[in-house]
Amino acid sequence: MQLGQNDDQERFIDENLRRVYEETVDEGIPDKFKDLLKKLKDQEKSTGQQQ
Amino acid sequence: MSSADPRDELVEHLPAMRAFAISLTRNGAIADDMVQDTVVKAWTNIDKFEVGTNMRAWLFTILRNTYYSSRRKANREVADIDGVFTESLAEKPAHDGHMQMTDFRKALGELKDEQREALLLVGASGFSYEEAAEMCGVAVGTIKSRTNRARARISELMGLKEDESLEMTDDATMSVISSSKVSSF
Repeated sequence: MQLGQNDDQERFIDENLRRVYEETVDEGIPDKFKDLLKKLKDQEKSTGQQQ
Repeated sequence: MSSADPRDELVEHLPAMRAFAISLTRNGAIADDMVQDTVVKAWTNIDKFEVGTNMRAWLFTILRNTYYSSRRKANREVADIDGVFTESLAEKPAHDGHMQMTDFRKALGELKDEQREALLLVGASGFSYEEAAEMCGVAVGTIKSRTNRARARISELMGLKEDESLEMTDDATMSVISSSKVSSF
């Protein structure tokens, strides 16, 4: 590990960090994101694939 | 999935992108706007994504660039509401109602953006130092020193001293800590 920081301390911080982070990940995503992706897809279809 | 359009993969990364954005901005509404911008940018620039490389890293790179360019644009504005962010963040009750999580969120919010970002990428999002360095456009050593400084600062803000750290933790945290011994790197 780096810089001889107390291992317990580092673990404590990283665990809290992951908890904060995972709490948000677990919230899932608001519908507006799925709507946005759908809109982007539809838009592309309607403009016509010019490849 | 097998349709070979890498854009189909975007949706899988949304929760992680959102978590990163919220941690970075400490504001749900701003974070969501940022993620939306990122999705549109990724969608329209998908030809710049190298298939076979780490899409999450690519998306996070766009996300953080979005954040820093908007921060630069609205520098004063962000600074003004910064205190409000931190406050509302600190008031947000953790699911378990632990005082400690509140303190932790507060400490995290007080870090410099660059330090918080490095810590989040390496400590929470599971990127390597090398990946984080590439995403941030800095040297690996810079990411290492930022994460070290971030950890030291959090310890300081939470009043953790080298030998007291375990006394500070409560039962719930202890159980998290001990259960994670198996999974942590």
